[in-house]
Amino acid sequence: MGHSWDFATILQNWPVLWVGIKGTIFIFVITVILGLGGGLIVGVARYAKSPFISYPARAFVEIFRNTPVLVQIIWFFYAFPILTGIETDPFLAAVLGISLNTMAFSAEIYRAGIQSIDKGQWEAGKAIGMTYNQTLRRIILPVAIKRVLPALTNRGIEVFKMSTLASVVGYVETLNQAKLIADLNFNPIESYTAVAIIFFVVLYPVVQATYVLERRLRRSD
Amino acid sequence: MTEIVRIENLHKSFDNLEVLKGIDLTVNSGETVVLLGSSGSGKSTMLRCVNFMEIPTSGKIYLNGDLVGNERSGKMTYRESELCALRSRIGMVFQHFNLFPHMTVIENVMEGQVIVLGRSKSEAREKAMAQLERVGLAEKAEEYPARLSGGQKQRVAIARALAMDPEVMLFDEVTSALDPELVGEVLKSMRQLAEEGMTMLCVTHELGFAYHVANRVLFLNDGAILEEGEPQKILKTPKTDRMREFLEGHSLFKLPD
Repeated sequence: MGHSWDFATILQNWPVLWVGIKGTIFIFVITVILGLGGGLIVGVARYAKSPFISYPARAFVEIFRNTPVLVQIIWFFYAFPILTGIETDPFLAAVLGISLNTMAFSAEIYRAGIQSIDKGQWEAGKAIGMTYNQTLRRIILPVAIKRVLPALTNRGIEVFKMSTLASVVGYVETLNQAKLIADLNFNPIESYTAVAIIFFVVLYPVVQATYVLERRLRRSD
Repeated sequence: MTEIVRIENLHKSFDNLEVLKGIDLTVNSGETVVLLGSSGSGKSTMLRCVNFMEIPTSGKIYLNGDLVGNERSGKMTYRESELCALRSRIGMVFQHFNLFPHMTVIENVMEGQVIVLGRSKSEAREKAMAQLERVGLAEKAEEYPARLSGGQKQRVAIARALAMDPEVMLFDEVTSALDPELVGEVLKSMRQLAEEGMTMLCVTHELGFAYHVANRVLFLNDGAILEEGEPQKILKTPKTDRMREFLEGHSLFKLPD
């Protein structure tokens, strides 16, 4: 109570924060592409008839869906290099943790989408001589992905917020820079509030846009 | 008469349930053969074995005189690539149309031509237009399937199959999901096809179609062909009680002549 807000120090340190925002955007772009793109491959594999493909895909999904992202990032940073001899840096550890987790979640979204498609569509593709892959690519996925687009954009929003977890291993992103500003200027309240505001300002319009998108998609069905 | 499809001693089981118990049939070029039978008689399964939507448990199928698959120590084996090529030569129309909802009518009819047969888009478009005209739906070319009636959807499905220049057409209860008033337009398209000399194998409950259009009618019962013959004979004077029962069930509430 009685805290007198002073955002002047935040504005003075804007260049420091800006470096963090760029770091957040960079890691978001990388992880959202790897996560949602890789998830499509895992989701399709999960649906495959051959158990040699679907079982490993399922194991992957279960492992990364049932462990916390924060733990994965820390594990990739501290444990992975010792176990494998492969050096990781904060960026790589965070990218691995966030994208693998996103792959696991989005794989289940894609799989649900594929499963929701009427079996007759597979039959129609097959009957005109298409291979499994052709039917999947040309007939099944376009409709399935359109159907799960709202769920996928939701995942994308999650990924954006998850990027703050990268600060735990010292990757330079918004939260990490805010902590730096807070430590130097003794203004943690303003610093962390600024982070929350930045995320809200970016995400709110995006979320509104997805509502519009969802309504459009429903209308075209 | 040249034979298009020959089926020899076809058996099909699902797990422990034997659905087809040895079917023999030859369909000649230009012939329309209608399969009748109550549900569970195996008629749809038999049709689906012809283009290997279902893989036969045993037996042989020939298309244009060529045996499908390879025989190895008495057992047939099939390569998926061979079956895809085979299916592209056989047209199939389904009960529930199965049009591609994200493509326009003309894209539906072009898809197989471009992706499977490797035709150029312009050639495929031309062929597609010709087939849509054939079923009387040229003016719907740019519509999406959701905007069509059931009867129109089914005629597009017929055009989609025809555009592949199939050697034989399979019709699997194609009017069963339609409102009664829409059945006629689909049967009309099928009749026109038959008259133009298309080789056709039809599973249907439309006895009128069988009577007027078929060259031959088969009656399936319990996975085997019970009766076979010209429609005018077999539908008027069935030899078995089972078929008589079946026909009576279908014409129970007919208007008096």
